[in-house]
Amino acid sequence: MAPESEIRQSAKNGLLLAAEDVSRITSRMSHEILERTANQDLVLLGIPSRGVPFSKRIAQKIFEIEKRQIPIGSLDITMYRDDLRMRAPRPLAETLIPNSGIEDKVVILVDDVLFSGRTIRAALDALSEIGRPAIVQLAVLIDRGHRQLPIRADYVGKNIPTSLDQKVSVKLSEIDGIDEVRVDFGVSR
Amino acid sequence: MKHLLSTASLSKADALKIMDVAENLSSISDRPIKKLPTLRGRTIVNLFYEDSTRTKISFEAAAKRLSADVLNFAAKGSSVSKGESLKDTALTLKAMGADAIVVRHPSSGAANQLAHHNWIDANVVNAGDGTHEHPTQALLDAFTIRRVLKNSSGDLTGLNVVIVGDVLHSRVARSNLWLLNTLGAKVTLVAPPTLMPRNIESWPAETSFDLDESLVNADVVMMLRVQQERMQDAYFPTVREYANRYGLTQKRLHVMNAKSIVMHPGPMNRGVEISSQIADSDKSVIVNQVQNGVFVRMAVLYLLLGGQSDDL
Repeated sequence: MAPESEIRQSAKNGLLLAAEDVSRITSRMSHEILERTANQDLVLLGIPSRGVPFSKRIAQKIFEIEKRQIPIGSLDITMYRDDLRMRAPRPLAETLIPNSGIEDKVVILVDDVLFSGRTIRAALDALSEIGRPAIVQLAVLIDRGHRQLPIRADYVGKNIPTSLDQKVSVKLSEIDGIDEVRVDFGVSR
Repeated sequence: MKHLLSTASLSKADALKIMDVAENLSSISDRPIKKLPTLRGRTIVNLFYEDSTRTKISFEAAAKRLSADVLNFAAKGSSVSKGESLKDTALTLKAMGADAIVVRHPSSGAANQLAHHNWIDANVVNAGDGTHEHPTQALLDAFTIRRVLKNSSGDLTGLNVVIVGDVLHSRVARSNLWLLNTLGAKVTLVAPPTLMPRNIESWPAETSFDLDESLVNADVVMMLRVQQERMQDAYFPTVREYANRYGLTQKRLHVMNAKSIVMHPGPMNRGVEISSQIADSDKSVIVNQVQNGVFVRMAVLYLLLGGQSDDL
């Protein structure tokens, strides 16, 4: 990871993490996951949209490290949101549960940004209707604070203290063609 | 989209959105708990002025899988048989707090009237009005065709769909015609001259009186029910003659394309428009249609009720 001073420097023009940083962070998180879940039955579930490619990268990294294939899937949480009636109906994304299931496994939910915690609350609801994992953990690339629910991440790529009017945008090459994380100031600034 | 009243007024983008959402919802039938909390606390009324088994049960199953509360209102045995008007029934349902009304009515235009008269502010879904439209049937048919022949994505460009039978009285034929046309399929209507509507030339479809000739290039053969209850006059000499000329029988199988599929909106008159062998053969996707109906209706209810309605 780039030295603190360098990150602060680049944060001035909005860029917080470049492609190399994202790659190093993914690698570190994969090691952390392996360290803390040694010899347990893992399942990675990405939350659409950017949690899905991020979970695939972690699975790929774990394969490179331990030559072990971790079952991966995706969990769409749209129908479980508590703010559905406040917005226009949105299209749904795919929910793919690995054939081996999640029963009694260690399920790691993977998302790009942890903010209010409401997405994760919805994901826990969705998960409980699919099965009963032994343990559920959470891995996020960015934790930007401002939780509205008692939820925390087990694996954090980068903690970014933000103010509420800032916007954190994560781009991953599978979806956006480039790997980067930017923090933009809200219009009110 | 606040209401779903017809497929003639449905844009291609909205039709594809409904089908895509239905595709994603279909995965919940594999889950141990086949229920989503999305419409918890919303009330959906099934307002049925006409008999129906599968459409009503299908809407009810769809609403319940989305956790909505369902009230069933059948005209038989209600105040309608005492002479209550559609308007007064609507006002009653409004007072009871209905969020959506699924309506089937023997008069064409009933759903439209319910939606556009300021009697209620609920979302209205047309579940069949007279001989006008039955949009969710067409959507589930298109969805079924797409799943079987098009790999579950995109539109239906390049497919030949033959719709056979009582086109004159069929709202299913009308809804399918508009939707299939919007989705890029080519539609041929086949019927005896007495069961072909007037002004058929202005519809975006080919027409034919000869079933065998039309079957040759068909990817999809959609059989319509002979609607005895809407027939006051004699439209054909005998049922046997109809079955011979316009029924899908085993002997017609050899003229059909090997990959083609057979559909029927139900309920079937076995031995009249479709023979039992065909209905039970592996060409038939009739059971898939019923299954897909629930997913499509879930998608429609979600898209109408799931968010802030005026933003769509």
